[in-house]
Amino acid sequence: MTKITMTVNGKSYSGEVEGRTLLVNFLRETLSLTGTHVGCDTSQCGACTVHVNGQNVKSCTMFAIEADGADVTTVEGIAAPDGTLSTVQQAFQDYHGLQCGFCTPGMIMTATKLLENNPKPTEHEVREYLEGNICRCTGYHNIVKAIMAASGQEVTPVAAAE
Amino acid sequence: MSSLARPLPHDAARLHVTGQARYVDDIPTPAGTLHLAFGLSEVAHGVLRGIDLSEVRNCPGVIDVLTAADLPFDNDVSPSAHDEPLLATDRVHYVGQPVFLVIADSHLTARRAARKGRIAIDPLPAILTVDQAMEANSRFEEGPRVYEKGDAKAAIADAMHRLTGTIEVGGQEHFYLEGQAAMALPQDGGDMVIHSSTQHPTEIQHKVAEAVGLPMHAVRVEMRRMGGGFGGKESQGNALAVACAIAARHTGRACKMRYDRDDDMVITGKRHDIRIDYDVGFDDAGRVAGVNFVHKLRCGWAMDLSLPVADRAMLHADNAYHLPTCRIESHRLKTNTQSATAFRGFGGPQGMVGIERVMDHIAHHLGLDPLAVRQVNYYSEAGGPSAPPPPPESISAKMKTEAVQTTPYFMEVEDFELHAITAQLADQAGYAARRAAVAAWNADNAVVKRGVALTPVKFGISFTLTHLNQAGALVHVYSDGSIQVNHGGTEMGQGLFQKMAQVADASFGCGIERIKVTATDTSKVPNTSATAASSGSDLNGMAVRAACEVIKARMAEGVAAYFGCDARDIRFVGGQVSDGAGREISFDEAAQRCYEARISLSSTGYYKTPKVAWDRIAGRGRPFYYFAYGAAMSEVAVDTLTGEYRILRSDIIHDVGASLNPAIDVGQIEGGFVQGAGWLTSEELVWNGDGRLRTHAPSTYKIPACGDRPDVFNVELWSEGRNREDTIYRSKAVGEPPFMLGISALMALSDAVAACGTGYPDLQAPATPERVLAAVNKVRRG
Repeated sequence: MTKITMTVNGKSYSGEVEGRTLLVNFLRETLSLTGTHVGCDTSQCGACTVHVNGQNVKSCTMFAIEADGADVTTVEGIAAPDGTLSTVQQAFQDYHGLQCGFCTPGMIMTATKLLENNPKPTEHEVREYLEGNICRCTGYHNIVKAIMAASGQEVTPVAAAE
Repeated sequence: MSSLARPLPHDAARLHVTGQARYVDDIPTPAGTLHLAFGLSEVAHGVLRGIDLSEVRNCPGVIDVLTAADLPFDNDVSPSAHDEPLLATDRVHYVGQPVFLVIADSHLTARRAARKGRIAIDPLPAILTVDQAMEANSRFEEGPRVYEKGDAKAAIADAMHRLTGTIEVGGQEHFYLEGQAAMALPQDGGDMVIHSSTQHPTEIQHKVAEAVGLPMHAVRVEMRRMGGGFGGKESQGNALAVACAIAARHTGRACKMRYDRDDDMVITGKRHDIRIDYDVGFDDAGRVAGVNFVHKLRCGWAMDLSLPVADRAMLHADNAYHLPTCRIESHRLKTNTQSATAFRGFGGPQGMVGIERVMDHIAHHLGLDPLAVRQVNYYSEAGGPSAPPPPPESISAKMKTEAVQTTPYFMEVEDFELHAITAQLADQAGYAARRAAVAAWNADNAVVKRGVALTPVKFGISFTLTHLNQAGALVHVYSDGSIQVNHGGTEMGQGLFQKMAQVADASFGCGIERIKVTATDTSKVPNTSATAASSGSDLNGMAVRAACEVIKARMAEGVAAYFGCDARDIRFVGGQVSDGAGREISFDEAAQRCYEARISLSSTGYYKTPKVAWDRIAGRGRPFYYFAYGAAMSEVAVDTLTGEYRILRSDIIHDVGASLNPAIDVGQIEGGFVQGAGWLTSEELVWNGDGRLRTHAPSTYKIPACGDRPDVFNVELWSEGRNREDTIYRSKAVGEPPFMLGISALMALSDAVAACGTGYPDLQAPATPERVLAAVNKVRRG
């Protein structure tokens, strides 16, 4: 067992992990941050996406030890401390960018990173950027729409927006 | 104004976007919770000679290992024929069948230990393919089921034209993003509380009770949400829940199990693949005189739900088309593969692909526009107040003289809307102009060929096992005016809970913020049917409304007594309860006053679907309360050098009746279309010669990704939609029907390939680039 320390959503955490412990398991089981989901176990579906030192990382493909000393953000750390949703979160809700919701945390993390790097992406760029995040419910249409709306670009009116 | 019919977001949207929504694997576990994993058969068929578990037991962290001999009561997880042992007994029947159960202190420990079991099996010949099963007469039921209307053989023989052909359509992995998961919490007296990711909590309760030797009242199943179901959690969760309960009983500790994705894909059943042979006779206009279908479905090793799945394939062999004579022969083949199970559409899509292929083939043979051939075969439009009359030039108008037409199972088609839907879609999406543009493109381009197709959907709504068409609800109004709604349906992302809250709000007029729909719970509403067959809103909505109306009537009496007016004058609107003449109190105050007046503020509600009755052996009667309709037009581009393709554009008009929530319904249509197109294009399941599934992860099994959906995607609810039957606020079921709109993508690919030469593409499904390339070469050969 090895002692590691990392900053998660602005708070410092320490814990003992085995060398084989994956970051996603450390987050879910040790820190009880269960918003980060395990979908495919093999780093393809993107449900486990988190930010590590400012980069998108599939947390089922990184050892917890590799994140020792790192600054990690999970979906639980995206909304403001008072609970106000981020623009991306609000858009996913308003534009019906989710159904079962299991892929949603990964989608939120990926979309948030995309808009940090590219505040006004084209629809084509959104699609390209989301290739590593699988959704089985929505057909992606409203996910793309939500991200375009979150970037402040005009989208066709969506029924879910009130 | 009530929230009914408004496009409200999913009820848990805020929880999902913040990561707070809990799935089974996210529920905090009691200290000492144990984790389970199955040891699996590596052989497709054989006699179990012995299991050496010594290395498994020696793994640090392993608490115990169970085999079939250790099970205290019933060793069965089948939803139908009692033919599916939780753990293999004397034989193994497929690669991936659970043989032993490891109980350990962590998920990873259990999985690693499970790999160390040594299972001795004497292999037997395995039946893997349709041909092998037919040759060995390996099947469920005594022989093929046959539905017959008129003398199809004679009609085909007498027809001006005749075609025969075969289409093979692959199965489909559900790939719910949340894998199967369950947890059992042992209670005093041996009772069990089960958390299970299931579409069918009552079935879980039933199978767990059998497995631990207790009546159903000793088992409570709770299910708040699934991370997707699609039919894959109708019966396939039984094994995990039962394993957890047995291990919890055995150890006295909470036990939890989730399948790793690869295990999930190897162990659980998928959509039935099918081979359809067709023989059709028709006239110069493409009008079918008679058709003969032979369905051969691979059902896998156990019966599961294969009989009603295969029945529904037969019941959709007509799709939208009036077949004057028809014969459908259905073989339900038993093979040494995963036990194929429910998947969105439940056989309907397979049956529908058969007749759509026939329409495509007829049009190609006669050199006619495929849409014209489809329209000439449509059932007669119902017309009347719910639909505009068909345009006068429509061919169907000439056929209106016929009495109400019947399906191949003799059900009258009384609510047909597809003439109007098709005309509107063809107009809006520019069918004629775009067909011409595609033809011009294909004349000018040798390598990239385009194709376009417009296909209809008519899907029967009701469980074909008639007694399942019932539902219950339990509604409480608390003294602070907040309302708790519970019903038998389960939430898997389809927005059922929000729709049910909207239905309750329509009764109480109290504002949707006062209403909470709580986790499905077998101790609140008993004897529920699976949330399946698109029935969730239809059945549970009526039950919820019934419960709400009982309480509302009691509250009206109570408030009328307070106001000193007639209860019939009491109105519930805008969070107020009024006498219609100026006196009003808030809903909250009304609840408090009713409580103080000793009025019961709790009620159950119950609903059963009227009119449905049929004979599934004879294939006669009315299995469906009504039909849901839709149409899709897709355009594709195919690279004829590689077989690769893209869906350029899809336009859809779909009939959801009077929508309970248009945002949720549009979402179902978009997602259903993409999933249906995935089934017929990129999603390919491959077993090797030993019966081992080689596509058991997203690395090898390709579900649509974000870039695969159509570049242009226009989805519209049919503006004239209103259910002719008395369903919940005249809405229509929406879960499954849009899935089959994806058939338009397959037919558009066929159209594009046909532009390569003179031969018929004979495109098989899934139409992977390899199959498209093969079809291109075939067409070029003529």
